[in-house]
Amino acid sequence: MKNHDIVEKNIGLMVLLAIVAISFGGLVEIVPQFFLKETTEPVEGLKPWTAVELEGRDIYIREGCHVCHTQMIRPLRAEVERYGHYSVAGESVYDHPFLWGSKRTGPDLARVGGRYSDEWHKAHLYNPRNVVPESNMPEFPWLFDNILDGKDTGKKMAALRSVGVPYTDTDIEGAEAAVKGVTEMDALVAYLQQLGTLLQQKR
Amino acid sequence: MSTFWSLWIIVLTSVNLALIFWVLMANRKVAVSDEADPENKTTGHVYDGIEEYDNPLPKWWFQMFIGTFIFGIIYLVLYPGMGSFKGVLGWTSHNQLEREQERADEQYGQIFAQFAAMPVEEVAEDPRALKMGVRMFANNCAVCHGADAGGNYGFPNLTDGDWLYGGSAEQIKHSITHGRAGNMPAWGPIIGEENVVASAEYVLSLSGQEHDAELAAKGQGVYAANCAACHGADGSGSQIVGAPDLTDDVWLYEGDAKGIRHSIRNGRSNVMPAQGEMLREEKIHLLTAYVYSLSQDIE
Repeated sequence: MKNHDIVEKNIGLMVLLAIVAISFGGLVEIVPQFFLKETTEPVEGLKPWTAVELEGRDIYIREGCHVCHTQMIRPLRAEVERYGHYSVAGESVYDHPFLWGSKRTGPDLARVGGRYSDEWHKAHLYNPRNVVPESNMPEFPWLFDNILDGKDTGKKMAALRSVGVPYTDTDIEGAEAAVKGVTEMDALVAYLQQLGTLLQQKR
Repeated sequence: MSTFWSLWIIVLTSVNLALIFWVLMANRKVAVSDEADPENKTTGHVYDGIEEYDNPLPKWWFQMFIGTFIFGIIYLVLYPGMGSFKGVLGWTSHNQLEREQERADEQYGQIFAQFAAMPVEEVAEDPRALKMGVRMFANNCAVCHGADAGGNYGFPNLTDGDWLYGGSAEQIKHSITHGRAGNMPAWGPIIGEENVVASAEYVLSLSGQEHDAELAAKGQGVYAANCAACHGADGSGSQIVGAPDLTDDVWLYEGDAKGIRHSIRNGRSNVMPAQGEMLREEKIHLLTAYVYSLSQDIE
């Protein structure tokens, strides 16, 4: 019990030992992922989001799509059968933050790109029940009315570049012009139509 | 994984296991001893008159700890965990998926192959094939065409025998495999609002709806000059370009005056995404048969 006394009476030492005790999991399971090829190298052909797609992604986040839709196809037959090739880490190395999500109320969207037409997405986002009567997804009609001005798009791209997304100066300079005047709906659909299109596999 | 990170993981995991074991063992025995009173098992701490014992963990609890410890070691031997060490079972989530898929292929592959060898028209009569088809339709097609294949505003009904691109087995298969891109240009800026209104009246007359005869007569000329190329001189449409028949009462968009004017003014475009790169051929074959079967009972 003597040793206990030492720890119990030195709060600083106790804090230190507690940190040591709980840090093993993070050191072993999280830290190496920042340095491994499998998790840090983009898959072949991966490009950073274009200015419009990037704004679409921010709308996706703003409207909370990731709360009900995952972007993570697990390597299980049932999922691969329904959604396509399982997700790999290299697909989201340019995503900050990634939008893998953790709960599915709606279906996974990791490979929704190209699966439906633009018109379908618009009709569906305006009122999901117009095309899928059983749906309990909320409506997003204001996306048609809100028009982007692109003022911050370049800054967002510059910020992403500072964490490793390979945007060029031309990308950043052209961002405002590319985004200005685009409706939020078009931006969001542009983003959705690119999701997961790099790895295709017949289901 | 580089040797450094592999060692990093192995060393930290081992140290962690050793520390846990040490902590567990170190608390095994009563450490308190009071020479003056050997019967006294308390630590000597007194909080507001409450004294503290120094009892070791109950035996069952201790044994469960040891149990989890042994489980952990067995797990690390069997499965990947220790850095680059793959585990003696060689398990990965990917090869588990492959095994699952192989098992499924064994189970279902033959059934798919059997139907794939039959012509669509024959498959469409097989109740087992249709059962499979309806499931695949629900998964892949129903979001646009509806769970009952009855279509939606802007998305064609597949049960009514009215086809934009043709309802033969080959045409249906072509539509599914390669997709379709219907595109009607916006005529508003080209022919002007006056002609939009007139041609809309003429289109109304084609399907025998109420219309303004005077405007329709004017619209007929506009139609002949601009619309007939795709929709046909008599308005019966063209399955080659996917131009709808305007003489029947089937409307993909609104079929009233306002809706027709809107279609002419702003154009319409809709895309059926190609499934050929997403779905395996034998599945497309079954889906074709299912869709084909939907409109066989009418007429």
